[in-house]
Amino acid sequence: MTTQFKESIETALHNPNLTGALGRFSEAYRISRAKAYEGIDFEAVRDQIVEIKASASSNFEVLASEFKASAEARGARVFRTSDPAEVKQYILALAKEKGVQRVVKSKSMASEEIHLNAAFEKAGIEVDETDLGEWIVQLAHQTPSHMVMPAIHMTKEEVAEVFSQEVEEGQAPDIPKLVKFARAKLRPKFLQADMGITGANIAVAETGSLVIVTNEGNARLVTTLPRIHVAIVGIEKLVAQVKDILPILTALPRSATGQLLTSYVSIISGQVPNTDGSPKELHIILMDNHRSDMVKDPMFKEALQCIRCATCLNVCPVFRLVGGHVFGKTYTGGIGTILTAWFDELKKSEDIQGLCIQCGSCVPLCPGKIDIPRLILELRRRLVVENGQSLAMKAIFGVVNNRRLFHSMLRMASVTQKPFKQGRFIRHLPLFLSDMTDFRSLPAVAAVPLRDAIQKISQPKGGEKIAFYSGCLIDFCYPEMGESLVKILNKAGIEVIFPDEQTCCGAPARYSGAYEVAAQNARDNIKALLATEVTHVVSACPTCTVALKHDFLDTFKSLGATDAMAEAERLSAKTIDFSTLVKQLVDAGRLTFKEGEDLGKVTYHDSCHLKRTQHASDEPRELLKQAGHELTEMYECDTCCGMAGSYSLKLPQLSAPILERKLKHIKDTGASKVIMDCPGCVMQIRGGLDKDGSPIQAEHTAERLADRFK
Amino acid sequence: MSTQFEAFKTRAEAVSAEVHRFTGKAEALAFVLEFLKETGVSDAPQCGAVWAAGSFLDGTESRDLKAKVPGITFDVTRKDSAAARVGISQMDWAIAGTGTLVQDAVVVEKRLVSTLPPIHVAVVGTSRILADMGAVLERLRPEQINYVSFITGPSRTADIERVLTIGVHGPERLIIVVVDDFEQVTA
Repeated sequence: MTTQFKESIETALHNPNLTGALGRFSEAYRISRAKAYEGIDFEAVRDQIVEIKASASSNFEVLASEFKASAEARGARVFRTSDPAEVKQYILALAKEKGVQRVVKSKSMASEEIHLNAAFEKAGIEVDETDLGEWIVQLAHQTPSHMVMPAIHMTKEEVAEVFSQEVEEGQAPDIPKLVKFARAKLRPKFLQADMGITGANIAVAETGSLVIVTNEGNARLVTTLPRIHVAIVGIEKLVAQVKDILPILTALPRSATGQLLTSYVSIISGQVPNTDGSPKELHIILMDNHRSDMVKDPMFKEALQCIRCATCLNVCPVFRLVGGHVFGKTYTGGIGTILTAWFDELKKSEDIQGLCIQCGSCVPLCPGKIDIPRLILELRRRLVVENGQSLAMKAIFGVVNNRRLFHSMLRMASVTQKPFKQGRFIRHLPLFLSDMTDFRSLPAVAAVPLRDAIQKISQPKGGEKIAFYSGCLIDFCYPEMGESLVKILNKAGIEVIFPDEQTCCGAPARYSGAYEVAAQNARDNIKALLATEVTHVVSACPTCTVALKHDFLDTFKSLGATDAMAEAERLSAKTIDFSTLVKQLVDAGRLTFKEGEDLGKVTYHDSCHLKRTQHASDEPRELLKQAGHELTEMYECDTCCGMAGSYSLKLPQLSAPILERKLKHIKDTGASKVIMDCPGCVMQIRGGLDKDGSPIQAEHTAERLADRFK
Repeated sequence: MSTQFEAFKTRAEAVSAEVHRFTGKAEALAFVLEFLKETGVSDAPQCGAVWAAGSFLDGTESRDLKAKVPGITFDVTRKDSAAARVGISQMDWAIAGTGTLVQDAVVVEKRLVSTLPPIHVAVVGTSRILADMGAVLERLRPEQINYVSFITGPSRTADIERVLTIGVHGPERLIIVVVDDFEQVTA
């Protein structure tokens, strides 16, 4: 991670205006988005979008030719190029030929992508952004921090200062006045401009149409008043037919700003008259800039399904802390990380890919059904392939891949941690490790790991057998969670076996891009867990569950390890998470809760992997209620706690404020306990509560339920 | 038809448009003229109204209208539109589901009167309200029409601190006049 990048994170985190504005917006966004989608079948709409965009990206060549033919038949000139430099050359040459002195622009990310304004300025042509946010950013000599709301990082005071400094002194920080001022100052620019530049949200091949969506009405002026209209369109905006517009325009305004429709939508198909009656020159530039390389990449092709709504920015727990500028100059947030890697270069994503906490919040809400966290993980993997793993990581994975060494080091840790241990916590670590315990206490490594403790439990024999995959945290830090699970399953007459050869699930390696290491972990675990005939393989760690159920297969697929797939499928089919299994046992009458219990108020934290990959959020809640708890929901119950495996070690400065929000929401419920299904979340939340001196207890559902059954 | 209208009105008002419904053209015209007067339209500088041609005006003498409200111009220019207080135009369709007005906007005067003045008065027949955008695109086909405009409420921005502010580059008021007894034949 470069120092410059770390500094940009620090700067963002210490900008209360930024974090305040983004925090408030992210909260309001969820509500307005949900309201806008009332009565709409979002899944059906996004299925249509995926179909339209996926088929378009498979046919870019055909659609681009068709678009060119259709638009040119209606008087437009269409210029196709893969090279951003040629886009600028074309526009500058046109401007020169036509004697253009002034240009007005409505919002175009494609023009940001190629830094068009700088080229105009260099050529001595006056260029003004007219979207209010873009204009503010241009006057402030900044770049947009958000695809839909370019100036979301600025306060009205900052805007007033920029206007006062750059346009006219004495502007007050009064929003309606600032907006009126912008109207008054930009109006003459619209009227005087010779050339108007727009992007397009959709380009329809069969009719040569450009669909342009705005709220301010600036695109209508830009396409009406200047005598020349130039549209810069990324080829991913192409769709085949007019009817393809409908699902995209159903989703875009709803997902972008919580509107049913933006104030203005213009569909421009060919030349229209100018105000002096002459036909308006219309130039359309279809720009590739590595988009067709993405089509050829079986994993990244799906990123071209993006409709640029910025939902993935708005719901990202990291984006709302750091804003857009940390990500770079053009495209920001989750999708921005992917687009930067492709439109710019892979290396440019080296630092920013690390910002993704892999919580999956954006996945169920993306209108293009793009699995952004998965693609970012793939960027990470490719960066490791290209640059190699750091020496420190290599050393760590060397250990993780040798189970005996790994486990003996963990056992040794229980001895070496003594100077820092207080009760069951490590509260302070020295030197550079102190970042890890600054904002939360860490759990001490248990004196006796689960793998030893479990041998001493006398279990029912001869009935159903289930294999327990504990994962490292439960095995070595929280064996009591594992013992609770055994106790509960024993009540149902099930014998829990603990295959000793099980090792790390490989998630740390996979999430660091070290797929070879993850694959070896997967092979070792598959062998260990399938050695005995069992009905299920249960795990009480959602990250491990996801590893066993999905990631092993995915890792093998990425590496082309087809020989390992069949066994991985078999393990996947047997794998089940703790709460889902127990709920099934309760429903089948094999476990019965003690009656008449009044256990008080608890709140439940949804772990990312359990909720969004395993889709288990009702099961643990139902169990807690049936046990006799009153369940009170916290705000943003399914927002990441900031732990995310090694993320909290790599980026503690981001993990800490995410945890802080989570703790506030837990405390606000007034519950005395917060329950969750993930030992990693327990580690983060329990450690944070300890550091805070809060009396609230953080527990795993297994611990909470251990003594609740007859 | 009346349920379509109610849905349209609810949606349009939700995005700050002002909706008025009239049975006959005469009443609607009287309303518009009265509105122009109230808004201070006159032949003084910066006080004009620009009215783009449309079948709503069929059978009406522009002389008569000008006599009632001096300051109305039917010969729409860029200069007059930029200086006008009110722009008036006729819409081709409306969408109940989103409170949207839709227009074949190839004729540039139609765009001038609905983009430049701070107030836009839009006239549309009640029978032209359709359920959704799909239904409109079957009738106002981009295959044939080079500029189709969809207008949903007045111009708005939330670019400063996410605070919704009406009337940035386009009109700050959108007055929609819906007329029952008005059979439009265009498009």
